[in-house]
This record gives sequence, C-alpha cells and structure tokens, in this order.
Amino acid sequence: MSTPVAEKKEKLSVPFDYNKYLRPNKLPHIWCPGCGHGIVLKAMLRAIDKAGLDKNNIALVSGIGCSSRTPGYVDFNTLHTLHGRALPFATGIKLAKPEMKVIVVTGDGDALAIGGNHFIHACRRNIDITVLVFTNATYGMTGGQYSPTTPLESIATTSRYGNIEPPFDTCEMAKASGATFVARGTAYHTIELEKTIHEAITHKGTSVVDIIDACPTYFGRANKFKSATQMMEEIEKDGTVNVKQAASLPPEKLAGKMLRGVLHKVERPEYCEKYETLIMEKANAKK
Amino acid sequence: MAEKKKKLLQGNEACVEGALYAGCRFYAGYPITPSTEIMEGMSVRLPKLGGKFIQMEDEIGGIAAALGGSLAGLKSMTATSGPGFSLKQECIGYACLTEIPLVIVDVMRGGPSTGYPTGPSQSDIMQAKWGTHGDHPVIALTPSTVPEILTETIRAFNLAEQFRTPVMVLYDEILGHMREPVTIPNPGEFAVEDRAKPEVKPEDYYPYDDKFLIAPLAPFGSGYRFHVTGLNHKQDGFPTNDSKVIRENNLRIMRKVDINRETIWKNEEVMLDDAEVVIFTVGSTARSARFAVNELRKVGVKAGLLRPLTIWPFPDRAVAEISSRVKAIIVPELNLGQMTLEVERVAKGRCAVEGLYRVDGEPITPSQIFHEVRKYL
Repeated sequence: MSTPVAEKKEKLSVPFDYNKYLRPNKLPHIWCPGCGHGIVLKAMLRAIDKAGLDKNNIALVSGIGCSSRTPGYVDFNTLHTLHGRALPFATGIKLAKPEMKVIVVTGDGDALAIGGNHFIHACRRNIDITVLVFTNATYGMTGGQYSPTTPLESIATTSRYGNIEPPFDTCEMAKASGATFVARGTAYHTIELEKTIHEAITHKGTSVVDIIDACPTYFGRANKFKSATQMMEEIEKDGTVNVKQAASLPPEKLAGKMLRGVLHKVERPEYCEKYETLIMEKANAKK
Repeated sequence: MAEKKKKLLQGNEACVEGALYAGCRFYAGYPITPSTEIMEGMSVRLPKLGGKFIQMEDEIGGIAAALGGSLAGLKSMTATSGPGFSLKQECIGYACLTEIPLVIVDVMRGGPSTGYPTGPSQSDIMQAKWGTHGDHPVIALTPSTVPEILTETIRAFNLAEQFRTPVMVLYDEILGHMREPVTIPNPGEFAVEDRAKPEVKPEDYYPYDDKFLIAPLAPFGSGYRFHVTGLNHKQDGFPTNDSKVIRENNLRIMRKVDINRETIWKNEEVMLDDAEVVIFTVGSTARSARFAVNELRKVGVKAGLLRPLTIWPFPDRAVAEISSRVKAIIVPELNLGQMTLEVERVAKGRCAVEGLYRVDGEPITPSQIFHEVRKYL
C-alpha cells in the first residue's frame, strides 16, 4: 500500500484558526459521525485562507442536500438555494459582481442529477466559479437513495436488488463540457485536497473539484462497510490513485481506481471578462 | 426638458423601455414565444448601459440567475410565457420566502402544455397566484395597451423593490406583439423606487430584521455578510424549527402585501356611476370590452367597465362595491373562468356573475360582449 506523494512532502498547517471563517454559534453542524463533509469544509477554509481571500468578497452558494448545508456554517455571503439550482444563482451573482469570488458547494445528486443541465452549461461558459462536488454516491438527506455516482450493483433504499445504472465520471463530464480546471480529491487525502481546492479557487474560469467523501450512515450501512474509517480506506484511499503516481503504474494496478489530483487544466477566456471586453465594448462602440 | 420621443413600439419592446427606465440592469432568461422580443431587446440595450444580460440553459436557470443578480444588488428581470412560467414556479416561491426583489413578465399564450404558442390567452391568472406551493404573497399587474406595458413595467419594478418580493406583469400575446405609439418618458417623469439599504453596521444587520415589516436588503459583497435560505428562517436568515417563528414569518410575508393593498390596487373605471351591468376584465379583452360599452351606451344600455391593472392582490373592494349596486357583472376572459371565480367569491351572490370564455386562440370580440350584456336587460 503506497502513501500518496503529496502527504509525504507537506504537513497540515496547524494550528489553524478555523473560527476566523466559521459562524461558531451555528454549530454543531447537521452531519453524521463519520461523515467526511467536515473534513472537506476544513480543507476549503485552509485553501481560502492560503489564497488570502477577503470574507466580504466571497459568495458561497449551495443547492439542497447534506453538503449544501455548508454555507450556513461559514462567515461569507452565503446562499442556500433550491435543489440543483446553485449554479444558475451563482452565475447571476458572478455576472452582476465579477469582482466577487464565487464558490459553489454541492452534492453529486444536486450537481449531476437535478442540476445536471446547469452543471454542464456553467462548465461550457467557463464562468469564473469554483464548484466543489461532495461525492458520496447517495442522497443522504432523504435517507440513502442511489445517486448518479452510485457504483453498479451497490445497494441503496431505491436499489435493494443492486444498482443497474452506470455512474457518471464527474471529472470526465466537466472536462467534456468545457471546464478549464478539473480535479479530484478525497476527504481521506486532506492535505492534497487543500492544495487542490487552493489551485481551483485561484484558477480563472470554471473549476470543478470532485471530492470523494463517503457516507457511512446510508451508503456504508447498506453496503456492509464495517466502519467509517474502513469505508474511507477502501473507497478513498485504496480506490483512488494520484494522477502523478498513476503515470508510472502498470494498467493492472490502475484497474477500477479513480484518479486524484489535477486532471485537466487549460487557459481559456473567462465568461465575465469576455462579456466586458467583447459585448460591452462592442455595444458601446455601436452607440 | 428634452423633447419627448414618440416611437411605434411592440408591447414587448415597450416592456424593455419600461424596465430600463425603472433601472433594470440585469436580465437572465430563455427563449420562448411570445415573449422572446423582450430578451432580444435586453441583450442589445443592457450592455450599453453597463448592465448584464445572459441567456441561460433553461427557464429555471433564467429566473435563478436573475435572483442571483438581484441579490448582488442589480434590479433584475426575467420574462417568459405559460410553459416557462410553470418551470419558474419553484424559484418564484424561493423569491417570495427569501424576499428577493424580481420582476417576472409572463406573455400569456394558449395552454395547457405547449398549447398554442402564437395565440393569445389569459390562462395564467391563477398560475400567477397559486403556481408555486405554499401560501405566499403575489403582486401581478395587467396592462391593456402598449403604453401601459411600459408604465406598468416601471410600476412592477417599484413594487418589487419596495415590498422585497417578486412582481409579475401579465399580458397576452395580442399585447406583446401589437404596435402602438408610445411616448418614452423623460428621466424624472415617473418615480423610480430603489430597495431600502441598511442603516446599521454590518454586525448589527439582520436580513429579516424583526423591527421591520420589510427589512432593508444589503447586496452581496457590500460588507454585510449574511445567510439566505429557502428554509423557514429567523430574522438572521438562518433556518429554524421554532413553530412560533415559522408562523410569524409566513404571516408577515403575506401581511406586507395585504396591508398595503390599497396602494398596490389600481383600477380603471369606465361609466360605472349609473351602470346596471358591469364588465370586469383585463388585458386585450378589456379593449374589446371598452368598445362594447360605448356601443351599448349608444343603444341606451347602462353598461360600464371595471378594469383592474392590479389583478393580484385581487381588487376585492372595487368588486364588492360594484356588486351591491348592479344587476350583473360580466367577466370575459381568455380562459375558462379563472377571474370569474374570484368575482363570484367577492360578489357573494349580491348580483349575477356571468363568465364569457374563449380558449380557441382568438380574441373575445366587442360584439360577443355586446350580446352577452344584453341578455341581462
């Protein structure tokens, strides 16, 4: 079993004052024991801190679901919208105020099922929004139904005989849709995740980070995982491989594993900048 | 004062003029007949004014982005027609509960479903009121001429900003596409209202402050960091399970419109003083009704017209007053009786109430109304 490269080199930047960004009186959060969402939240806050962003200038927008409760706990401009609709709300904020840093936190069901159309079109526009998809392969808030990323044959409350729908590869879809930064992290690889989110929020354009983040309460129990930690090790640690390490591994070692790290990064004109330079300038020249 | 500009405009173009006059600087939408000219017009005009325009991937995206723009501080609008209006309903409920100002224009076409996209109808009167789930406040305006589309769109923005609530402008396909001379108002000619801004320091700010019936709304990114959610919430914007707070908030959002209904209502009354039969109608149908009233008067029939420019909140007082002194109220409408139900509710049997309906994609003619009225005399 190999330890990821990133973890060997870097250490967690502790002590870190999370209270600088949290709304302590809104805690405790609603997440179950063993849920990875809190780990992802912490990685996001450290990444934001590292980027030196001003709290007044950050809009954190979410849809509906467990992960979409994140905005309530953090001291930014926070917007908890409707199921699947975080991205169009975020698009409106970003276009109206391009100087703001707009981050969307969403679940795999929220982003890819009910919000799938908004997801692909936000990527296509390459609008400067960071999308953090908390992928736990289940609808946790409603009690564990199968989602667009649930693996084949997995058990959920709506797939008692095993899931027959193939899962989406969120990163492949984001890339194909036109996102200019696409990465994957896990709640297990905390330091690597912080780095990846930092790189995403400092990228200009649509950046998507697919974050593998197990749900022990529903997915775990239904699929006979012994504990939250066993689940994290099996799915997040052993089920993934860093893209840099993968380059030197034989195909049989990569079978069935998801790639982590920055999977796609290109420079392409950003939507709001194009609106300013192409549309507004042309419109005013035509007066 | 600058010389007034008179233009021959289509209803949908007049809507654009009204929106820009009112200070609209954000538009997001999706193409749909017969409202598309509004979006096309906004795409040309907004960038010249430093405003933002975006064509979204669907109707839901259109209204959601417009709400995002409004929350970021820009006066925002979206426009649609029946099927798109159905898709926008979840966000309309969100706007009602989160109290985000927005103007939604619905150019009504035949339905149900895809129906008759190029034919007129008034079939969204009830959708405007009840389309989204839960009890919620609704303000909906019903212009009847092209110049009125301009002025009522201005009024819609003013009401949305004043009451922190979505306001709808409902007109049918006939008005959307007909052309009439319109005078473009000079700056200052009509009042333009802006939403109240907080006067307290950010640390003392509550987006739904109990001290107000309608609390000031700070734009995102202005240093006032707050939370907005479609869950029932407390004055600080955070979710609550406190039944007392949930009840108070649900009642307050209704109350803010209800107790101000006198200032939101707007009716045109034509020859009502001695009328024995009154026609109650809106939009293009009111144009036929006005013609019919004149013809009826010529043959000695005491007919009148009550034409609401605010259909929601429903003009209860005007209808109640009329119902106590006329023989009948005739309600012509391009649907199967949506307004008639409301007139019956208010008239409470004090006079006859008769609907005159048409759902074949054709307008109700003056002669149809003329003959219907004569039945009651």
